[in-house]
Amino acid sequence: MLIKRREFIQVGSLATASLMLPKFLKAFEVPRLVPAGNKIVVVIQFSGGNDGLNTVIPVRNDIYYSSRPKLGITKDNALSLTDEVGLHPSLTGLKSLYDDGSLGILNSVGYPNPDRSHFRSMDIWQTAANSNEYLTSGWIGRYLDAQCIGCDKPTQALEIDDILSLALKGQNKNGLAFKDPRKLYSSSNENYFKEINAGHHHEEETVDYLYKTMSETLSSADYIYKQSKLHPTGSEYPKTGLGKSLKTIASLILSDINTKVYYVSLGSFDTHVGQENKQKQLFTEFSDAVSAFTADMKTNNRFDDVLLFTFSEFGRRVSQNASGGTDHGTANNMFLISGALKQKGIINAMPDLSDLQEGDLKYKMDFKNVYATVLNKWLNADDASILGKQYELLNFI
Amino acid sequence: MIITNRLKNQHLLWRAGFGPTASDAPSLGNISQKKMWEQLIKSSSKSPDKINVASNRFDGLMQGIKDIEKMKELSKEDKKELRRQSADDLKNLNVSWMNEMITGKDQLREKMSLFWHGHFACRVINIYFQQELLDVIRQNALGNFGDLLKGVSKSASMLQFLNNQQNKKQHPNENFAREVMELFTMGRGNYTEEDVKEAARAFTGWGFNLQGEFVFREKQHDDGGKTFLGKTGNYNGDDIIDILLEQSQTSVFITKKLYRFLVNEDIDSTKVDWLAKRFHQSNYDIKKLLTDIFTADWFYEEKNIGTQIKSPIVLLAGIRRILPLQLSDDLSQLLFQKALGQTLFYPPNVAGWPGGKNWIDSSTLMLRLRIPQIIAANETINIQTKPDDDVMMGMSSEERMAAKMNKDYADKGVNVTVDWNSVINMFDNVSRDQLLQQISDTLLQSQSRVNTTVLEKYLKTDTRENYIKSAMINVMSTPEYQLC
Repeated sequence: MLIKRREFIQVGSLATASLMLPKFLKAFEVPRLVPAGNKIVVVIQFSGGNDGLNTVIPVRNDIYYSSRPKLGITKDNALSLTDEVGLHPSLTGLKSLYDDGSLGILNSVGYPNPDRSHFRSMDIWQTAANSNEYLTSGWIGRYLDAQCIGCDKPTQALEIDDILSLALKGQNKNGLAFKDPRKLYSSSNENYFKEINAGHHHEEETVDYLYKTMSETLSSADYIYKQSKLHPTGSEYPKTGLGKSLKTIASLILSDINTKVYYVSLGSFDTHVGQENKQKQLFTEFSDAVSAFTADMKTNNRFDDVLLFTFSEFGRRVSQNASGGTDHGTANNMFLISGALKQKGIINAMPDLSDLQEGDLKYKMDFKNVYATVLNKWLNADDASILGKQYELLNFI
Repeated sequence: MIITNRLKNQHLLWRAGFGPTASDAPSLGNISQKKMWEQLIKSSSKSPDKINVASNRFDGLMQGIKDIEKMKELSKEDKKELRRQSADDLKNLNVSWMNEMITGKDQLREKMSLFWHGHFACRVINIYFQQELLDVIRQNALGNFGDLLKGVSKSASMLQFLNNQQNKKQHPNENFAREVMELFTMGRGNYTEEDVKEAARAFTGWGFNLQGEFVFREKQHDDGGKTFLGKTGNYNGDDIIDILLEQSQTSVFITKKLYRFLVNEDIDSTKVDWLAKRFHQSNYDIKKLLTDIFTADWFYEEKNIGTQIKSPIVLLAGIRRILPLQLSDDLSQLLFQKALGQTLFYPPNVAGWPGGKNWIDSSTLMLRLRIPQIIAANETINIQTKPDDDVMMGMSSEERMAAKMNKDYADKGVNVTVDWNSVINMFDNVSRDQLLQQISDTLLQSQSRVNTTVLEKYLKTDTRENYIKSAMINVMSTPEYQLC
């Protein structure tokens, strides 16, 4: 015997509910302009372990071509950056950004004692843990913890996804995940949730924590939706997953929202087989979406305030495998994109293919140096307390 | 809050099991906690049957591969096929075990098995290994902690997950030795790096064969003298575990973790010390420790009732116990597990699920609040879980298929049939004006209650039956229901 959803739902009065909203939620209704020069980070996660060597290609390296007789991308096919370095042919948008001085490339980024399991390695990148420790909070979550003491808006870090990543989970604060601002929460029970929330007055700690999370979610949903409608971007974006996500992010950046960090994933880059097609498809999606996004930011004079960077949990092995793909490796490159880069182009040395560890690249730069730089120099945050240690800062911003 | 006899019994059922069922709920007021505890022990006393789900296909693939060396001869495609089939079978293991938690009489055993599953967290995609480890855990869940620890330490799952197959005299691998101390027995800060190195030497040669049986490879074992936690001898792995069990810190570490799981996230160190001492004195008799906890008056104190956030597994099992239902597709439960952050056999890492407030963020909370509604109204859920590349193994066609299945599922929704008669029967002897109170008291453990006036607005009042149904679903769709 089934009962229909409608039978449960009676229309409650939203107006009544909003009159009953607790005081701390009222803060959401006061417009607060984001100060000019408000710096924003957009993180794009390449899930699955992107093959960095076919992304930023050492076009004059014999070891590269002899290790990859089939999979190697020839100098002619690559998009030329320098005499030595080319980009994957599908990354046309990135090539323009390079020519424009808005692209930085960091090579050989990784961490000591790398783990080749996707899950564990992604865990390490998201929590910024050492490879022998297990953290239950992510680096952006801990940024929220530090940044958001006493603040009433949990919207400082947003993920465009149905499920929140560990990267955005703090010890006390969590970022917020949603795919579409309009559908941040299912509307089916909206009135019910709002009313029970308004009627909640208890002192019990855990119950209170749950109600607080619920009301923050409900009011953030309203807030984000309103902000996304405030100055919706008029620019054209590709109708791909990443295209839609970056369009949402752009609309929010152009609004008065207080968000500092946006997080979105693209994948899967796990190219054991059929790498050529898979990488081509994903890079086309990436390149087109990022081109639209950066053009949009330029048009609106915000490109100097935005830093977009990419990462993947590991790179692939130097040698191709027998199935037209590559297996799990270690160190990898990262793209840095902004109108305000202080170091541009290829920032550090290309990986040394004659100095490998059991067929894998050796890492030359800890990814935590990149995080520390972004936290300290871009977000003005206390990087040492968030990362648990003082890491040397880099000069790209 | 008045702590009624019923509330205390429900408290016991939630903490020592997965909550009351629709059939036992009505009579919960008429029995003492001591009696109920005896019943829980009794119904979990029989050795459990092994859950065996490895498919014929997997068995077939494994036929002919008698040892690890032959495994290396397998073609890449065969290996991949083996892993894929194994990952599929793991889903069935998940569903079968969930069913035990929902319908099994041995509630205490399954609840403790869930605890040990998180304590000895292990993430390997080999159905033989995983169902063997689960069996070790379920067999010993209420027995002796030392036996359990040794069983787990010699399981192929754990030896593989923590790389002890690679732990050889010439090239020691410390991973297993480190985690045995850090996570399974003493906890950080109670041993030195030197102890880790020496223990690793003692565990050299511990390995497994393809059938998942423990193998001691004598040639790879370092039989020289070792100094471990202040003692010296030609120790092997068993000796190291025995020395770890001698340490009273081991009983403190385990008791503390168990106290958090069963009693309260806030540790009462006086109580933990008392429990740990007795646990150590009993030579790690788990059943005795549980009896100490569940028959203590303080366990039933107000501050311990209704203050724990249900883990996703406890939440999902609990819903199905009080709301008997049939799913058109059992595997749909996995989608909920994944979206809520706890998939059986896929712990986040060797440290297990952190639990407590970590279960809650806006996405997981809103989904939790909607689940009763989704079930009762046969609603569709529109959630895409993140892909797991360790399982997908870069098979783009597989990935596409999984994504498609996910989409089909989201489009169609899961077909659920709720046995509403059992639910309605629960309240046969309750008068209409007492109904809402009684329903709340049956479902909720928290002191906090949703305001009746607000709740009434959303209830169906045409028939008594519809009133009960809508009240059940609405009370379950509250933050309070997330607690036990």
